[in-house]
Amino acid sequence: MEILVCVKRVPDTAENEFELNSEGNDLDRDDLVYSVNEWDNYAVEEAIQIVDKVGGNVTVVTVGDDESEEVLRREMAMGANNGVLLSDDAFEGSDCRSIAAILKAEVESGAYDLIMTGAQADDGAAEVGGMLAAMLDMPYASLVNEIEIRDGGKIKAGREIEGGNQEMNEIELPCVLSIQTGINEPRYVGIRGIRKVAKVEIPTKSASDLGIEENSVGEKGSKVKRLDYFVPDLGEGAEMLEGSTDEIIEKLIEKLKSKGGLG
Amino acid sequence: MARIFAYIPHKEGAAEDVAYEYITAAAKIDPNAQVTAIVTGHGDALDKAAGEMTAYFKEVIKIGGEELAYPNAEVIRKALVNILPADAVFMGPHNTFGMDLAPGLSVKLDSPSVSDVVDIEGMDGSTLKVVREVLGGQFSTHVTCDAANGAVITIRPGAFEPAESGSAGGEVVDKSGDAGDLTAKRRFLEVLEAEIGEVDITKSDVLVSVGRGIEEEENIEIAQELAEAMGAVVSCSRPIVDAHWLEKSRQVGTSGQTVKPKVYMAMGISGSFQHMGGIKGKPFIVAVNKNPKAPIFQVADVGIVEDILEFMPELAEKVKEL
Ligand SMILES: Cc1cc2nc3c(=O)[nH]c(=O)nc-3n(C[C@@H](O)[C@H](O)[C@H](O)COP(=O)(O)OP(=O)(O)OC[C@H]3O[C@@H](n4cnc5c(N)ncnc54)[C@H](O)[C@@H]3O)c2cc1C
Ligand SMILES: Cc1cc2nc3c(=O)[nH]c(=O)nc-3n(C[C@H](O)[C@H](O)[C@H](O)COP(=O)(O)OP(=O)(O)OC[C@H]3O[C@@H](n4cnc5c(N)ncnc54)[C@H](O)[C@@H]3O)c2cc1C
Repeated sequence: MEILVCVKRVPDTAENEFELNSEGNDLDRDDLVYSVNEWDNYAVEEAIQIVDKVGGNVTVVTVGDDESEEVLRREMAMGANNGVLLSDDAFEGSDCRSIAAILKAEVESGAYDLIMTGAQADDGAAEVGGMLAAMLDMPYASLVNEIEIRDGGKIKAGREIEGGNQEMNEIELPCVLSIQTGINEPRYVGIRGIRKVAKVEIPTKSASDLGIEENSVGEKGSKVKRLDYFVPDLGEGAEMLEGSTDEIIEKLIEKLKSKGGLG
Repeated sequence: MARIFAYIPHKEGAAEDVAYEYITAAAKIDPNAQVTAIVTGHGDALDKAAGEMTAYFKEVIKIGGEELAYPNAEVIRKALVNILPADAVFMGPHNTFGMDLAPGLSVKLDSPSVSDVVDIEGMDGSTLKVVREVLGGQFSTHVTCDAANGAVITIRPGAFEPAESGSAGGEVVDKSGDAGDLTAKRRFLEVLEAEIGEVDITKSDVLVSVGRGIEEEENIEIAQELAEAMGAVVSCSRPIVDAHWLEKSRQVGTSGQTVKPKVYMAMGISGSFQHMGGIKGKPFIVAVNKNPKAPIFQVADVGIVEDILEFMPELAEKVKEL
C-alpha cells in the first residue's frame, strides 16, 4: 500500500510565549520554536503501522519553506520512507484551499492508495483534508481513530464523534482520511534516529514542477484573506490572585469555601 | 441580499442547539437576509425536525430518503450540491459532522470556506468579514472572503446567542426529489458507544482537572492528593487520555464527558473550546497556569499564574490543615 501523509510545521504552543509583530498582522515569528503538528505525528505513526502489516511505502509531504525540511526528516526518522518538500514563493499566503490544491498536484504525480492528514493544525481550520478529497474526487472521513485494512480495496474506519462515541464506516480505496489524536501512540524519535536520515536527499518541487499556475494559489489565488491577529477581549476575564504563594492560597481557600469547593 | 442556508443537525428529530444559534449568526451577516433551514433525514425524525424549524425559519427545506437516515456527510454533500443555488451562503456547525461535510462542500460548490467562525462583523458589498481563533484560542484573526458566488462557513457551537421563541410561521418544502444520485464510496456501518469507566466524573460537585501542564504520568498523583484533600474527583483534558495516563471516562470536553460541577479546578489546561465545551452549568472555574496569556484566563473566574507541580502540593497541605 502506498500511503501519503501530509504534515505541517507549526509553532509549538508548549514552547513559545507568543507576541504580535509591530504591525499586528502576524505573530512575531523570530525565535519561535517549531515542531510537527501534533495530529500529523499520529497520522505518520498510523501509516507506518499499516505498512508494517501489509507492505508498501510511506511518503511524507509538506508545503513550506526550506526550514520545513526538518519536519520531513523527523517523520522519516520515525520510519517514513520518503519525503517531499513543496516550496515556492508563489505558495506564500495560501489559504486552506490553496494548500489543498498544491497537495493535490503532488498526489496526482504518484499512485497513492491512501492519503492522510491531521484532523487539524495550528489555525484550527480542520479543512485541508476534506478539500483535498473533494478535489481528487475521493471519499473522505474526518477524525479517524481506527483503521482496519480489508480485502477488496476497502478499509473499515472509525470516526470519533461527540461524546467519544465511535462511528464505523466502510470506505473504498483510494481515499483521504484525517487522523484524530489517540489513534495510536506515536513512537519516540531520538537524536540517533534523526542523525540516520540527516543526509537523505529530500526532493523539492516548485509550482512549475507541479504544473501549478502561479496565480491560482498563494496570496493571489486565495479567496480567504487573513487581515490581522489580535487578542480577544472577552469582557472581564478572571480575577487574578496575586502575592506570595501562601497569600494566594489563603485567598483561594476563602473563595473555594464560599463556592462549595471544599466538601 | 445574501441568501443563507443553515444546515440543521438533529438527533432523532430533536434539533441541536446550534440550529437556534444560526439565526443570530445569519442576522449578523445581513439583518435582512433570507434564511432557509435545511434538514436531512428519514421518516418521522425528519418531519419532526423540519416541523420544529418552521417556528424559526420562513422556509425549511427537507431532504429525505433511506440513504439519509444516518447523517453520512459523504451522502449529504451530494444532495446539497444538487439543491443549493450557486450564490448560497451555507452555514454548518463546526463539530465532528461539519468538519466532515463543509470543506468538501466548498470545493464542490466552488465557493470560499471559513471554518470555526466565532463572530461575524458583517457583509460589505459581497465581502464577508468574520472572526476566528488560531493557536488554540491564543489569538483571534479577522478573515474576509468574497461571497459573491456564495460561501461555506461553519460556526462554533455556543459562540452565538440562541434565538428565543420562534414565530416565523415558516413552510416546509420537500426537495427530496432533487437530491440526485446518493450513492457514496463511504458506507455507514454503526455507532459504538463510549465505554463507561470506573469513576463517574459527572457526579462530582468538585473536579480537579489536569491538562498537559502535568507534564509526566507520575505527577498525576499530585492531582489525586489535592482532589482527595478537597473531597473532589480527578478529571482531565484530552492529551492526558491520548497518553493513556488516565482513562477516557475522565476526559472533559466535546469528545469526552459533559460535566456540571459547582467548582472546576483547571490545572495546566490551556482552555481550548473543545475542552470548555464539556463544562456546563456555569461552575466556579479556578485556573492555574504558568502562562499569564493562557486563553483559560479569559473564561475562568479566578486565575493564578503558578507552576501547578509546586502549587498543587502546597494547596493540598493547606486544605488538609483546615
Ligand atoms: C504568513 C502567513 C500568511 C497567511 N495568510 C493566510 C491568508 O491570507 N488566508 C488564509 O486563509 N490563511 C492564511 N495563512 C494560514 C494558512 O496557510 C493555513 O496554514 C491554512 O489555512 C491551513 O490551516 P490549518 O493549518 O489550520 O489547516 P488544517 O486544515 O487544520 O490542517 C489539517 C491538516 O492538513 C495538512 N496540512 C495543513 N497545512 C499543510 C501544509 N502546509 N503542508 C502539508 N500539509 C498541510 C496537515 O496534515 C494538517 O494536519 C497564512 C499563514 C502564514 C504563516
Ligand atoms: C474534534 C476534536 C475534539 C476534541 N475534544 C476534546 C475534548 O473532549 N477534551 C479536550 O480536553 N480536548 C479536546 N480536543 C483537543 C483540544 O483541541 C486541545 O488540543 C486540548 O484540549 C489541549 O489540552 P491541554 O489544555 O491540556 O493542553 P495544552 O493546550 O498543551 O495546554 C497546556 C497548558 O498547560 C500550561 N502549563 C504547562 N506546564 C505547566 C506547569 N508546570 N504549570 C502550570 N501550567 C503549565 C501551558 O501554559 C498550557 O496553557 C479535541 C480536538 C478535536 C480536533
